Amino acid sequence: MRRTSRIIRIRRSPDDHVTTPLTRRTAAVLAAGVLAVSLTACGGGDDDSGDDDKGGGTEETRTTVTLPKLDGARLQVAAVWTGAEQANFKKVLAEFEKRTGAKVTFVPAQDPIINFLGSKIAGGAPPDVALLPQPGAIKQAVDKKWAKPLGAEARAELAENYSQGWQDIGKVDGEQYGVYYKAANKSLIWYNTQVFENAGASEPKTWDELLTTAQTVYDSGVTPFSVGGAEGWTLTDWFENVYLSQAGPEKYDQLAGHEIKWTDPSVKEALTTLAEIWGKKDYVAGGANGALQTGFPESVTQTFTGGDQPKAAMVYEGDFVQVNIGETEAEVGTDAKVFPFPAVGDTAPVVSGGDAAVILKDSEAAQALVTFLASPDAAIVHAKLGGYLSPNKNVPDSAYPNAVQQKMAKALVDAGDDFRFDMSDQAPQAFGGTPGKGEWKALQDFLKNPRDVAGTQERLEADAAAAYGN
Amino acid sequence: MASDTAAGASKTAPAAPRSRKSVTGTRTTVAALFLLPALVLLGALVVYPIGYSVIRSFYDQSGDGFAGLDNYRALFTDDGIRTALKNNVVWVVFAPTVATALGLVFAVLTERVRWGTAFKLVVFMPMAISMLAAGIIFRLVYDQDPDKGVANAVWVGVHDTFAQSSAFPKAHPGRESPLEPAGGGAFVTKGTVSAGDTVTLPLVGVAPDVMPDDAKPAAPPEPEADRITGTTWQDFTRGKGVGTLNGVDASELGYAGMRIEAVKDGEVVETATAGADGTFSFSAKADGAQLRLPGSNFKEPYNGLDWLGPSLVTPAVIGSYVWMWAGFAMVLIAAGLAGMPRELLEAARVDGANEWQVFRRITVPLLAPVLAVVTVTLMINVLKVFDLVFIIAPGSSQDDANVLALELYRKGFAADQPGIASAIAVFLLLLVIPVMWFNVRRLRREVRR
Repeated sequence: MRRTSRIIRIRRSPDDHVTTPLTRRTAAVLAAGVLAVSLTACGGGDDDSGDDDKGGGTEETRTTVTLPKLDGARLQVAAVWTGAEQANFKKVLAEFEKRTGAKVTFVPAQDPIINFLGSKIAGGAPPDVALLPQPGAIKQAVDKKWAKPLGAEARAELAENYSQGWQDIGKVDGEQYGVYYKAANKSLIWYNTQVFENAGASEPKTWDELLTTAQTVYDSGVTPFSVGGAEGWTLTDWFENVYLSQAGPEKYDQLAGHEIKWTDPSVKEALTTLAEIWGKKDYVAGGANGALQTGFPESVTQTFTGGDQPKAAMVYEGDFVQVNIGETEAEVGTDAKVFPFPAVGDTAPVVSGGDAAVILKDSEAAQALVTFLASPDAAIVHAKLGGYLSPNKNVPDSAYPNAVQQKMAKALVDAGDDFRFDMSDQAPQAFGGTPGKGEWKALQDFLKNPRDVAGTQERLEADAAAAYGN
Repeated sequence: MASDTAAGASKTAPAAPRSRKSVTGTRTTVAALFLLPALVLLGALVVYPIGYSVIRSFYDQSGDGFAGLDNYRALFTDDGIRTALKNNVVWVVFAPTVATALGLVFAVLTERVRWGTAFKLVVFMPMAISMLAAGIIFRLVYDQDPDKGVANAVWVGVHDTFAQSSAFPKAHPGRESPLEPAGGGAFVTKGTVSAGDTVTLPLVGVAPDVMPDDAKPAAPPEPEADRITGTTWQDFTRGKGVGTLNGVDASELGYAGMRIEAVKDGEVVETATAGADGTFSFSAKADGAQLRLPGSNFKEPYNGLDWLGPSLVTPAVIGSYVWMWAGFAMVLIAAGLAGMPRELLEAARVDGANEWQVFRRITVPLLAPVLAVVTVTLMINVLKVFDLVFIIAPGSSQDDANVLALELYRKGFAADQPGIASAIAVFLLLLVIPVMWFNVRRLRREVRR
């Protein structure tokens, strides 16, 4: 309609007036187009959730957990998830609502969630359940007497579905507080298969092979790595993988607890190794300055867009990268593939992360929700939607939507108790989890100036000493 | 003088009815009753929070122990806070003055153009956008990638019209190459060449889509007596890697237009340019020389300024602030301008003053009170700036763009230091008070007039 009216107007109007209505029209059409796009973007999410709810309802008949009837109960769940992650989790909550009749509201929280909860609790209105991303945060919540221990049903569900290691990191002083609902495998490197094919590169198994692969890719005219350095956590994850594999789990645990100093030779070695990639000219997309302004989502999308000539060939991060790949046209499993982080030392590292559900306001409904989250039922609903790994060993591989996902889930569950939890997540918030401070900032500075190993170590140690208080 | 008489009048006014009732005949109790809701609201929403912040600033992190002045000491010893303070000074000095100056220029100029109102509307429009949205807009404007960020697109466009980038930006020698880096981005052969030789200069790393359009499949060099012939080409076959290492394969492209220099004892004796198939040749003059691919072949495309890097981030954010608030200054100044006596301007013009003199000697002095109000209002506004910095500065340079209000937020909600955050809040309040006092006094004087 709009187009026809424009044509008519052009025909009728005298020549000297043609330009004005035309440009005005174009502007209007443009504006309307933008509006329409934003509207569909908003509407899209809602539609999806509606559809999938129905789909899930008919298809998902499996129930392994018995939940009480909770008609009229209201619950608030706080987590820092946004975008697709949040939308998918809401579908799990919807399943819980359907089974119990309780009404669950999702409360979007900001990082660091522990401070967000602090202000909520000070205001007298804490959410019933919160998903805490760090073991340190669980301990803090327990120390401040915010967290409530799990009831018998939740503990039973947990014992049935989780390996000892995953149960233990949810414990504080022997008491079970957290259910690790969501896990992340943070020892993965994603790559653009087209670029690897063009360059004739292959998946590396060791650090040296990784360097060779990077050189091959670079020789083909593509920058090897994309680093999302605007957010410091991607950098700490890089470091942790190198350190865990090179220095070994014992040192890793000591450094995580700040029992050894950051000025330790092992840290020097790890940083020097890291500089073999970060410090090499043209190995990082956009150079160090460009990388420092690249957010994590963009670091993924720029690796998987641009056809034969993406901005980078590989991007390191956890399994959740596939959520961002979903925003591009690349298909996980064909256009985007993954290989485990190569072994720098003797064995390849398995660094994991996770979000634990913790009860802040004890009630039958809150206990029921945590029990549900500990069950395979909740994990299966979420797994089908993609971008999610469960440490729950009773979730069948078939629940995951694709082969890549199944591979990652299997690796995670198979690692049993041999995984190590993300080091920066174990550190005090001020050191390991604050934008522009502590480890995040120190590694950003290191990315900018990879020659300054000693200076980086000193800064890390100074910040760590202040944050750990020793 | 005028204010003197006005003050005198106001002093005598309440002296006349010396009863307990005021002029309108209301009792003080009734007055108090009417004031109560406002007082309660003010007390609960303004006085109490201020008071509590002051008290909280004397307690430690947990809020249990009295910390004395420790939090205030931290204010002046903490590096983060000191950068924030320094940046705040930069903000307070530059943002209001630049915005006011631009507003003045716009106001004076729009008065004279035909479409003045339309122009004013456009300049004022950013005021209708929330700080958050403006922040997101400018995050994009300042994007490093010239394909995304307008600022860099313009900058690179201007730069590239004066300095061309080369065709082979990332070319480099591959494995076991006869070439080695020679500093300044140039590559030089390890050995020397002699007449009758053929030379291969293989490089890798040029993306296929930036190869010159006229590049043809590379041809192996044909030996010629008394001449040195050679080929320079991309030694990389799609999907196969290097193919024959340092040897020309069928589908490999020549580096059309690559410049090659023959260097003897540091002197360039002859230069050549590679043809479409990458072949080149030198005369016998180059006998015994080393062949060099000068750095100009490999110059990186100019990538623009690092707007949001540590050094430029504060000016960049101030720029976005000025974009928003110049319109505000312009509207206020234009209002002042409208109320200005025209006779003075006319008189000056009749006396033979030129436009600049009129502006400098008549308009600006007469507008001084308005300019002062605008600047002071913007100063108060600038002291509490938060959203623009928070959104525009990426995490990696947030430290360098830090301002007090942002540091307050970070200390209070990210670093869990409510004591120090409260101290910053009190400090900010102290900074605003003199400016506010100035504004209130000015306002009162205006009213009396």
